[in-house]
Amino acid sequence: MAPLRYTQTAVALHWLMAILLVGLFSVGIYMHDLPLSPWKLKVYSWHKWAGVTAFLLLILRLAWRAGHRPPPLPAAMPHWQQAAAHGLHHLLYALMLAIPISGWLMSSAKGFQTVWFGVLPLPDLVDKNEALGDILKGVHMGLNFTLALLVIAHVGAAVKHHLVDRDDVLTRMLPFLAKKP
Amino acid sequence: MARLVSLTTAFALFAPAAQAIEYGDFLADKSTLTFVSKQMGVPVDGRFRKFTAALSFDPAKPTAASARLELDLASIDAGSKDANDEVVGKAWFNLKTFPTASFVSTAVKPLGGDRYELAGKLTIKGKAQDIVAPMSFRQEGANGVFDGSFTLKRLDFAVGDGVWADVSTVANDVQVKFHLVSTPRK
Repeated sequence: MAPLRYTQTAVALHWLMAILLVGLFSVGIYMHDLPLSPWKLKVYSWHKWAGVTAFLLLILRLAWRAGHRPPPLPAAMPHWQQAAAHGLHHLLYALMLAIPISGWLMSSAKGFQTVWFGVLPLPDLVDKNEALGDILKGVHMGLNFTLALLVIAHVGAAVKHHLVDRDDVLTRMLPFLAKKP
Repeated sequence: MARLVSLTTAFALFAPAAQAIEYGDFLADKSTLTFVSKQMGVPVDGRFRKFTAALSFDPAKPTAASARLELDLASIDAGSKDANDEVVGKAWFNLKTFPTASFVSTAVKPLGGDRYELAGKLTIKGKAQDIVAPMSFRQEGANGVFDGSFTLKRLDFAVGDGVWADVSTVANDVQVKFHLVSTPRK
């Protein structure tokens, strides 16, 4: 039997990730063309630390997900919508995995090791290489804009479930919206 | 000295090669001058591509050695294009007024074995500071190779002042490493 609702942990991890990703994306947009200054070096470091944190949070989510099945989609959903929902979730997870890795590799290729919170150095998996750094910058950016589009689709679908289909797809992840029985 | 004396007495007639060799001619393309700065706790490698050195070193008479280096500061690679554009400016090296930095040795002290202590005056941005650098010397084929390093405080030379004076972003300590290759003077 699949459970009827998400665990509180799953809900908390989902929203923590949502906040982190919106913050990381906004800071990334803001910082990429800042003129060099101590502020820029700080913001870049914070972005990298938060990115590593998001990566670890993803691992935690996947581990939790492995042991706790999510509730099934509403039975009334057409088959193609169920398939699209599963596909979209897989893509979201794939991007949440690929984006921090692309950022980490880009940082190494550009000659700046990532040191989590200035304490824990991540190994440089690639050597300093300007051309590779520029390619990875493009990859990091492309993956991020793809994720942003998919997140918009994800949010749009959740709102559509709530307002049009009037099912519990949104409220089971946002319990305070649920009508009291 | 004892080694030299025994060599001269025992082999003076047969082994002219054992006589003192003075190393002097500097091989620019084999020598490197690198540094490590720390940004937000992260070490960043940099180097100077162009510098010249006038060396005089006789392993038999190390205390008579001397070294004089001149760095073309415009040849800096501070780790990224952003940084290279930045460090030419007034807050950093102020290249327009101070295009070069120099080091002039004042003393070389043997520390035993192939270890020496090099002391001298380092001048950057018009500010001179005494520095002491442990150094090793070894022969590599016909060449004499000097390796050493020291740590300077960039603010002693007003390098990176103004907004950059905050050492929590770019650390005050900068580690400088030199690898100088020279040939015997003919």
